[in-house]
Amino acid sequence: MSKQRLATVWLDGCSGCHMSFLDMDLRLIQLSEMADLVYSPLVDTKQFPENVDVTLVEGAVSSEEDLHKIQAVRQRTTTLVSLGDCAVTGNVPAMRNPFGTKAVCERAYCENVTLDPGIPDQVPRLLSCVRPVHEVVAVDVYIPGCPPSADVIFYAVIELLNGRKPDLSVMTRFGA
Amino acid sequence: MTPSTGVKTLKIDGRDFSARPDETILDVARENKIFIPRMCELNGLSTVGACRLCLVEVKGSNKLLPSCVTHVEEGMEVTTTSERLTHYRRMIVELLFSERNHVCSVCVSNGHCELQNLAQKLGITHVRFPYRNPKVEVDASHERFVIDHNRCILCTRCVRVCDEIEGAHTWDIMGRGVDAKVITDLNQPWGSSATCTGCGKCVHVCPTGALFEKGRSVAEMEKRRSFLPYLTLMREEHE
Repeated sequence: MSKQRLATVWLDGCSGCHMSFLDMDLRLIQLSEMADLVYSPLVDTKQFPENVDVTLVEGAVSSEEDLHKIQAVRQRTTTLVSLGDCAVTGNVPAMRNPFGTKAVCERAYCENVTLDPGIPDQVPRLLSCVRPVHEVVAVDVYIPGCPPSADVIFYAVIELLNGRKPDLSVMTRFGA
Repeated sequence: MTPSTGVKTLKIDGRDFSARPDETILDVARENKIFIPRMCELNGLSTVGACRLCLVEVKGSNKLLPSCVTHVEEGMEVTTTSERLTHYRRMIVELLFSERNHVCSVCVSNGHCELQNLAQKLGITHVRFPYRNPKVEVDASHERFVIDHNRCILCTRCVRVCDEIEGAHTWDIMGRGVDAKVITDLNQPWGSSATCTGCGKCVHVCPTGALFEKGRSVAEMEKRRSFLPYLTLMREEHE
C-alpha cells in the first residue's frame, strides 16, 4: 500500500497544537512510516497540494487569507480535521468578536503604539467575525482541547490513516 | 418534616423503586445513583425546571417531563436515557455554549465546570449552532468576588441560594430571552450592593466560571458545595 498524504494547516491559533503534534516525539517516526507530510508549517512546501488524505487544521478563520486558504484546503482534502479549540470553537481568537474589528485594530496598531501608529494595509484584512472552521467549510472530525495532547493527536491520526473515525469525546474536551 | 403516607412504586430504566409521594423522579434517581444530567437543579435549593436537561420519558406521555419537578406516581415507568433524550440534551448544551462566550481554555473554572463536564459526558465535540458572541459585562466591583456574564447560563442557582439559604435576596433576573441577566439589587454594581452579605454562597453554587473569587486564575476556581446539604438539614430540623 502506498503511503497516505497527511497535511497540517495553521490558521489563527498560537501554534500550540503544532507544538503538541511535535510532542508525539518518537511516534512521529511511526507516523512517517504510514504517511508523508506533504504540507505543513513544519515543512518547506509553499503551495497546498492536491489529493491530500488527511488535513489537520489548527486555528480559527480570522482573516481573508484564512478564508481563502481553508476553502482551497477543503477542496483538496478527503478528511478535514479541526484540531484544537480555536478550530473547533473559535476559542481565544474569537474573543475579539464582541468588540468588532475596528476597535481591535485601533487598540493593537494605534492606541498601544508609540512609533508610527496606524493600521497597516500590507497584512491580510481581518474578517468582521472570527469563525470556527466548521462554520465556513464542512469538517469531518473534531479534536477539541487547548491544545489536544500528543496522545490524543496520535490516536486520532492513526485511526484516520487506518480508515476509522475515532471517538474522541472520552479522551479530550473543550479547554483540555 | 412529617413523613408522608402512601408509598408509591415505580419503574426507572426497568428497575423497581418505591418512593414517598412528595419525591420527584430526580430525587429517586439520585438516591439510587441513576445519573440524570441537570444544570439548574441543585440538591438543597428549590427547583425551577429551567434548563430542561433532566427531561425524561414517561410511558403514556408524549411530552418529555422535567424529572426535577415531576412527582412520582403509582405505576410510573420512566426512561432516563434514550437516543431521543440524548439528542435534545446535546442540543440544549450546545445552545448554552453558543449563547454567551464560554472560552474554556482561559476560564477560571476550566476542569471544574459542570457545563464543560456535561458536554464531554454527552459526547459533544463541537457546537453545531453559530456562536452569538454577545458583548456582556464583567463586574469586578465587589471586594472579593467577580461576576462574569460571559460564562453565565442563567440557571438562577445564585438567585435561589441568596434568597432561600442566605435570606438576603441580593440576586435576581432582569430582562427577557437573550437579554436576560442576573443582577445585584436594582441592577447596580455588586460592590455597591447594600443587601449583599459577602457570604459567597452564590459563588460556590454557580455551575460555571460566571461567579468566582478574586485572585483565581485559569482553572484555579473549584467550587465547594458541602455547606448546602448541611444548612438545608439544619433548617429542616429547626422547622
